Amino acid sequence: MDDVERSYREAHGQAVATLARLFGDITLAEDAVQDAFVTAMDRWPRDGVPDNPAGWIVTTARNRAVDVVRRNRRGRELAEGIASDRLRAGSTADAEVPEPMRDDQLRLIFTCCHPALRVEHQVALTLRLVAGLTPSEVASAFLVSEATMAKRLVRAKYKIKAAHIPYRVPDDAELPGRLRVVLSVLYLVYNAGADDLNRRDLRAEATRLTRRLVDLMPAEPETVGLLALMLLSDARVPARGGDGDVVLLKDQDRSLWDRSLIAEGQALVLACLRRRRLGPFQLQAAIQALHCAAGRYEDTNWTSIVRFYDRLIAVMPTPVVALNRAVAVTETQGPDRGLLLLDEISGDLANYHPLHAARGSMLQRLGRWEEAAEAYARGAELASTESATRFLRGQAELVERGQDRTK
Amino acid sequence: MNQYLLSVYEAEGNSAPSTPEEMQAFMGRVIALEEEMDRAGAFVFGGALHGPDAATVVRGGTGLEKVTTDGPFVETKEHIGGFYIINAEDLDAALAWAEKVVEAINHDIEVRPFRATGRVRADH
Repeated sequence: MDDVERSYREAHGQAVATLARLFGDITLAEDAVQDAFVTAMDRWPRDGVPDNPAGWIVTTARNRAVDVVRRNRRGRELAEGIASDRLRAGSTADAEVPEPMRDDQLRLIFTCCHPALRVEHQVALTLRLVAGLTPSEVASAFLVSEATMAKRLVRAKYKIKAAHIPYRVPDDAELPGRLRVVLSVLYLVYNAGADDLNRRDLRAEATRLTRRLVDLMPAEPETVGLLALMLLSDARVPARGGDGDVVLLKDQDRSLWDRSLIAEGQALVLACLRRRRLGPFQLQAAIQALHCAAGRYEDTNWTSIVRFYDRLIAVMPTPVVALNRAVAVTETQGPDRGLLLLDEISGDLANYHPLHAARGSMLQRLGRWEEAAEAYARGAELASTESATRFLRGQAELVERGQDRTK
Repeated sequence: MNQYLLSVYEAEGNSAPSTPEEMQAFMGRVIALEEEMDRAGAFVFGGALHGPDAATVVRGGTGLEKVTTDGPFVETKEHIGGFYIINAEDLDAALAWAEKVVEAINHDIEVRPFRATGRVRADH
């Protein structure tokens, strides 16, 4: 990413947020900001990026939007009001985020992630408007054509306008539920980047947005938990193999883990534990913090990890959490116990390849080679990425060879 | 102020109040809700419909012959059992009313914004 592109993304969310508040129209805001960036692309490389790119973009976009609205008969009065407001405001050149700007950004995030919008629309709007990805970047992030993504964005913005989805920060009573939607959108973006080597940018984008949300709402522990979860997971990426190969936690070269990300993530987890308002993201982050704390795989504190899984499954009783818990329990109570736990969820997760991978590994530890090979092979069939398929096929071959040896 | 249609979806053979006590409690909740809507200036119109067995469909088109048949228009397990038209500042306000309707009448609600209301006039 070059300077102009970075400034583009940083400034985009702020500029759209402010314009949307001033004009009450997200589409107008987006178009005006787009125009301002076209001007910037022309000027910045020549004259240099201004000290406050966001302020420059907001001012330029506001002028542009005023012109557009003026041409519209009904909007003339509104335009006059905003134009004089602009004269009073001067060139918004403050370096830090002032209070109204902070609220603008939150309003935009909560509007993009309103529960009345379908999930893929929430994600598309958030990446386009808040993160400032271009429509073609958003399209390639979700493996759809630019035309499909453009239609999706138009439909989402249509619903905001037609249904009058309000442009505001939810009040205290609604906030927990609404924040959950925002965090799940950010985590979805993160995981889309984690699953696919070609979309690694999405992970950085999700982390950047979550960090911004922590700055905007420092009192929300689940947001901090999500940021910690992302940092601790990012920290281990270098040990996962450069070409996207699956490298199991127990086989990772831990000297490759990013110590500074781990330190930051663990500090956030400690702050969460002290605050004692542990929700699902904080508990998942705590589990990752324990993994990261072990210098060697053998040093992993599985007892504490299982304890956190017990708390996690109490607040988030999903089959996937049950699967991860079963894997942890295998380390404290043995693979027989793990297999029993898998049986309870094998119906729900029949087509989920990690279930078969976990079963394969437990059967392998019990020396039940034939069944282990079968489980791995089934996982390989179901795996959604090429690297996972390759890895599970390799495991299946490995246990078949192990079986040969014991014959 | 915007207007929204809150459609009440009833599932086939779903639990209508069956005892007089249940019926009385149900009526009490609905009356209280509608009074609350009235006080807030939200109530525009509302009504409960007869079931799909009572529906009749008229088909045809502009300039075409009209054909009347037994309804409903679409055979589904769920049908609209009634509706409210409400005034609300924005979608969140409409959703807050929808939650209260669901609570009072124990059925799911679809909330849709009106694109236009009232009579179509020549200057439109």
